[in-house]
Amino acid sequence: MASPFIIDRSSVTQVMAWVLAALLPGIAVYVWLFGPGILVTLSLATVTALAAEAVMLKARGYPAKPFLMDLSAIVTAWLLALSLPSLAPWWLIVTGTLFAIVVAKHLYGGLGQNIFNPAMVGYAVLIVSFPVQMTQWAGPLELTATPLTLAQSASVIFGGDVPKATLDAVTMATPLDALRTGLLQQHTVDEIMTQSIFGHYGGIGFEWLAGAFLLGGLVLWALRIISWQVPLAFLAGIWLAAGFLHFFDAGRFGAPWFHLFAPSVMLGAFFIATDPVSGATTPRGKLIFGFGAGLLTIIIRTWGGYPDGVAFAILLMNLCVPLIDQYTQPRVYGETKKTRAPPA
Amino acid sequence: MSRELFKFKGGVHPPEHKAESNTRPVHAAPLPKKLVIPLRQHIGNPAKPVVEVGDRVLKGQLIGAADGYISAAVHASSSGIVSAIGPAVVPHVSGLPDECITLSTDGLDEWIVHAPLDYRAMEPSDLRMRLRDLGIAGLGGAVFPSAVKLDPGATHSCPTLILNGGECEPWITCDDVLMRTRADDILQGVAVMRHLLGSTEILIGIEDNKPEAIAAMQAAAQKMDYAIEVVAVPAIYPGGGAKQLIKTLTGREVPSGKLSTDIGIQVFNVGTAYALARAVHHGEPLISRLVTVTGHVLRPQNMEVLIGTPMHTLITLAGDRDGTTGVLMGGPMMGMPMPDLDVPVVKATNCILVKSRDLFPPLPAALPCIRCTRCADACPAELQPQELFRFAKTGDFGRAQEYHLFDCIECGCCSYVCPSHIPLVDFYRYAKSEIWAREKEKRAADLARERHEFRQFRLEREKKEKAEKLAAKAQAKRAELAAAPATEGPAQTDADAKKALIAAALARAQAKKAEVAPKNVDHLPPEKQREIEEIEARRAKIRELARQPLETDEKKS
Repeated sequence: MASPFIIDRSSVTQVMAWVLAALLPGIAVYVWLFGPGILVTLSLATVTALAAEAVMLKARGYPAKPFLMDLSAIVTAWLLALSLPSLAPWWLIVTGTLFAIVVAKHLYGGLGQNIFNPAMVGYAVLIVSFPVQMTQWAGPLELTATPLTLAQSASVIFGGDVPKATLDAVTMATPLDALRTGLLQQHTVDEIMTQSIFGHYGGIGFEWLAGAFLLGGLVLWALRIISWQVPLAFLAGIWLAAGFLHFFDAGRFGAPWFHLFAPSVMLGAFFIATDPVSGATTPRGKLIFGFGAGLLTIIIRTWGGYPDGVAFAILLMNLCVPLIDQYTQPRVYGETKKTRAPPA
Repeated sequence: MSRELFKFKGGVHPPEHKAESNTRPVHAAPLPKKLVIPLRQHIGNPAKPVVEVGDRVLKGQLIGAADGYISAAVHASSSGIVSAIGPAVVPHVSGLPDECITLSTDGLDEWIVHAPLDYRAMEPSDLRMRLRDLGIAGLGGAVFPSAVKLDPGATHSCPTLILNGGECEPWITCDDVLMRTRADDILQGVAVMRHLLGSTEILIGIEDNKPEAIAAMQAAAQKMDYAIEVVAVPAIYPGGGAKQLIKTLTGREVPSGKLSTDIGIQVFNVGTAYALARAVHHGEPLISRLVTVTGHVLRPQNMEVLIGTPMHTLITLAGDRDGTTGVLMGGPMMGMPMPDLDVPVVKATNCILVKSRDLFPPLPAALPCIRCTRCADACPAELQPQELFRFAKTGDFGRAQEYHLFDCIECGCCSYVCPSHIPLVDFYRYAKSEIWAREKEKRAADLARERHEFRQFRLEREKKEKAEKLAAKAQAKRAELAAAPATEGPAQTDADAKKALIAAALARAQAKKAEVAPKNVDHLPPEKQREIEEIEARRAKIRELARQPLETDEKKS
């Protein structure tokens, strides 16, 4: 072994653990405002992810322990779980997680090799294949008369015998769904915003959830686990694209603040688009990557077939990463025009 | 200190560990019974031995003469008898032996006659040759012959002279201690440098974690009759790297692939300035230096050590302890592991760092790269180490070069911060050595092809010339025959001539074929041969590493 002979004591495990820790405020707010059902989803996704990871590592002939210890599978599981409707059936959660870990991660070569964000691949597969089940969102407790207990949530998720009326009383369209449906019914944005689900900026409860993810993201930035470029450019992309549309026709396009404070944006900006493996690596590349993802999110939300576009936007930008990286190589120390190699 | 400082990108803050060794007074290490003096201690041609086994030599006597312009002489560090001239283990990662002169010391430590140089009265070129013959080379680590660096060239001048007292590597304190205790001498050396380079601006960069050294150097600088600016620079590794120090002090960058002199700046280590002062003012060759002996020893300290002293004697002197896991020459970031503790202290030896499990825990097994770009943030050369790693690992050396592999200074910052604990620098060394090897092969192949093509051309030409000659002869004969009474048909003569021509050509071709094509690796001088072997050994080692960083891990679990 040659120099250097010392390292600072950071590790992949530590990085991933911080990401998980930074998700905790979001999860806490989730439980507080939407009920404890998300805990069931998170646990199921975690168990599935770890099992799938262990099996795949074994199948690929890798030592299980160091790779299970790196916590990256749990990060994927949590990000997927937090993107899924909180009362999604168990098989939906398992399918999505399996797809994320087995196909998007391991079939591409495992940790560090996946060109797409695994959690978003899992999400995309589910929303394309099971659009109906992907709408079982528990509404904010503030608007539900008889919220579900932990046991009841588990029962719903595991397909237990829950009266349809009980379920209908707690599930609700998300603000983005409501906006989309309303616009399709030729209502104006202002009319739609009078619905009870909408709060100050985003949806009731949802805006607080977005705030909690933002807080966690800022912690990650303060710890230099993530760089500032991706989240800032992502949020700027959302704000500018939505603001541009809203400025021209406030009746047909949601306000930029509304778009920013959908929880998927904050989760996407700070936790998903910042995934180093599938994201751009150069400083300028990160800006382009984040901005592109923000822009595409608004385009998909506005003209696409699905209410939210964060997942697809990030996946599309994942595709562009090799190109972005190649054309945004920063100048190196002492580099002159003469020594600069043309991007080949 | 009003000087505006600039920040270079990247860098890391490893624990400094300077206090262990920089508080004890400096003692001269006792004279060992045996001194092993390698002939190659510097960059460039190794010195040529000028003594024979059995000769008695005096302290400071020339025993290996500089060979060519980029070379430096080596001298007897003490008086005694030359007991061997030949390969011995030297401080080198490969563990391969190199040509050395071994002296059995007689304990008299008897100096050869030596006198100061009147450097101001000397021709600059003569002075530089004297310095080369006094063995002066850079003591900061690279050991480049100083005489070459002190030559500003015919048209260049070197307006800025920077003295490097950065000493950014953890654990090492020899420059710190040297500046504290011998500041005046260092500045005497600076005067010689200034004289040779014609510098108008003199800067001394010292990291701000060495306040005593800064104070001592400032006090000494005040006594000089021209301006010398002692500048405290922020302590950050590798702030003492020449390119980084230049950036910090002047805001300028050495263009990629060029030398600092191209932008009018020359950098010397403080130790080199001291050695230069001893050479000029005392006529002493470079036969000793300050060495930090630290780490897992009882009394970490700096010692004045004769070149050629076996390292184990110094470790014993500093108090060796149980649980030693290895010894490095240099610091933990860029130092190299010693294959054997019999290896001698050489001009490049700034530190002997004794490792233990506690101080240097084994590095954890490497995980795959997650492209987090912490390495890019830490890289002082502003490279994209994660990309270089990918290219090196997949053998895409062309792209590695496009991504400026050769601007890598192997400082180790990337490996230091990598959360996946990938030995990144090993991969860059591997890629560099592969590229060198391939270039060498290509050059050899090109040469062979050129030779072959020329041979083909020559054969064609000779054939043509012969044919022309024969044709001319035949013509003459025909004319002769035509003049004489015709007994044979001219057509037959023609055919005969052709036949003879073909036979001759065939015979020639046969003879040429029998000759063996010259091989490029035959008849190489032994040092070239050795260099090739070294490179091959290193490549094999690194290739082993690159093959599968997870292999060891798999075995464990």
